[in-house]
Amino acid sequence: MSHLAIAPVLLPLLAGILLLLLRHGDIRLRRALSVAAVVAEIGLAVALLLAVSGGEILVYALGDWPAPYGIVLVADRLSAWLVLTTALLALFALLHALRGIDVAGRHFHVLFQLQLFGLAGAFLTGDLFNLFVFFEVLLLASYGLMLHGGGRARTRAGLHYVVLNLAGSTLFLFAVGTLYGVTGTLNMADLARQVAAVPADNVPVVRAAGLLLFGVFALKAALLPLHLWLPAAYAQASAPAAALFAIMTKVGAYAILRVSTLMFGAGAGPLADLLGGWLLPLALATLVVGMLGAVASTRLRAQVAYLVVASAGSLLTAFGLNTADSIAAGLYYLPHTTFAAAALFLISDAIAGRRGELADRFEPGPALPAHALLGGLFFVAAVAMAGLPPLSGFLGKFLLLRAALDHPWWPWVLGTVLAGSLLGLIALARSGSLLFYRARPAEGAPPPRQAGLTAELAPFAGLLLLGVGLTVAAGPLSDYARATAEQILQPYHYVHAVLGGGER
Amino acid sequence: MEALLALMIGVLTACGVYLALRARAFPVVLGLTYLSYAVNLFLFAMGRLSIGRPPVIDAAAAGYTDPVPQALVLTAIVISFAMTAFVIMLALKARAELGNDHVDGRES
Repeated sequence: MSHLAIAPVLLPLLAGILLLLLRHGDIRLRRALSVAAVVAEIGLAVALLLAVSGGEILVYALGDWPAPYGIVLVADRLSAWLVLTTALLALFALLHALRGIDVAGRHFHVLFQLQLFGLAGAFLTGDLFNLFVFFEVLLLASYGLMLHGGGRARTRAGLHYVVLNLAGSTLFLFAVGTLYGVTGTLNMADLARQVAAVPADNVPVVRAAGLLLFGVFALKAALLPLHLWLPAAYAQASAPAAALFAIMTKVGAYAILRVSTLMFGAGAGPLADLLGGWLLPLALATLVVGMLGAVASTRLRAQVAYLVVASAGSLLTAFGLNTADSIAAGLYYLPHTTFAAAALFLISDAIAGRRGELADRFEPGPALPAHALLGGLFFVAAVAMAGLPPLSGFLGKFLLLRAALDHPWWPWVLGTVLAGSLLGLIALARSGSLLFYRARPAEGAPPPRQAGLTAELAPFAGLLLLGVGLTVAAGPLSDYARATAEQILQPYHYVHAVLGGGER
Repeated sequence: MEALLALMIGVLTACGVYLALRARAFPVVLGLTYLSYAVNLFLFAMGRLSIGRPPVIDAAAAGYTDPVPQALVLTAIVISFAMTAFVIMLALKARAELGNDHVDGRES
């Protein structure tokens, strides 16, 4: 049994504990340790990706208790893809935080590592209750990161975020309890078998539990009408935390994809295609509402947060179409939209820091120092986020639209995605021109922050380069996404790897 | 026994939902606590109710009760305990910083 499947989960946990023990130590040591842990996490994620890229499914039985009695970690192509995306995003969010935000409150690095622990665990676990536990770990760390730095507006947004997620956790437990009561198992592979063979009397109970589960995941994924918490929370969090949170909605999308293909996929008998009529219309509505919110925003951070809602809508549209092509398009689009949203959060922090009192509000102010560089980079990030050529967002949307052509609802999908892109373009063009072109002449006082622009923008540029990498390597990466989609649409392999024929 | 337990879970859930929808932080926290009590009882009942049966192997036992829900409830209790502590601290912080305990941070 290879230990590779558990390594990306353990590393951030151990790093977080070590950082907690060193909490009174030198800040430079803690920073170096934190960065080293994230770099090592990237290495492990790459190793995991290479190990599963041939279609193998790594199963790790904790304590060597055989499934379904023990808890298993399962690494397939989908898990490895998301763990790598998380680790890459984390590196650049952390590099941005090293410029002083990490000492604005206590335990930033500890919480950051524990957040990575929760994220990696949620992507790799093969047990439904374990998924709940990892959700709680990543949420508890995110509460701390969200409130990091303090402030009235942040506390108010944080209270809403925490209360809403606590209610979501309670619903998750109700759903898990119901599924256990009917099927007698919590192992996701075993659940896939039991759900397909559930007696007719219990079908409505399992259906209710399944839909409750999707309600919880929709809350995390910010699917309409459960998206209302996101804009306030993300707009108020500190920039590196908001950048890391760009992956948090993807956890919900991942859980929806995993549970709907594995447990309620085509082989689930009377419960097959449980989400059928729900996911696609809600995802399209989320896309529209997110883009309208972006157009109506009065602050740059709020606008980016609404764009995150819209990108969750695009992603779930791809998953809702539920074909190998569309899921592949969604999986290719997922890292792109994560990196682009994080890049926009980081650059809006750089812009807000140079506008003094105005911060990131859309009001004309004095010309920014180094406005050509900042404006140019903002333009590139906006192009990435709006999904224009030549960057990877365009390829993702193109793949999505091409996959939608086979679906009976294709006019709705095409119309909504294209209109949504246009709205996003208008919103970003308006904010760009307001921030950079409609400048008032400076009124004597020198701009507050000048130095270190290049160093400050390095993490941002790194995220953009990842986007460029996604474009350049579009061939192999979209092949990988396609293979991933085919793998998860055949849950037999997953079930067989976990339950049948022992360990691999 | 089943009817009594179902009734209790229902009453706790109803009280929890009602309180969680209030506008002040304190009733909201109480409501979330009631909801977590309800879900703990619910999880416990999912292993079926039985009296006088051990969950672990015992030579003298006539039958066993399902140990898994008990482990789940234990985990859920620990997590909800930690979350309640956190949300109480956060509500106190919001009360101090915003000047009142309205969940939106403003009176009326």
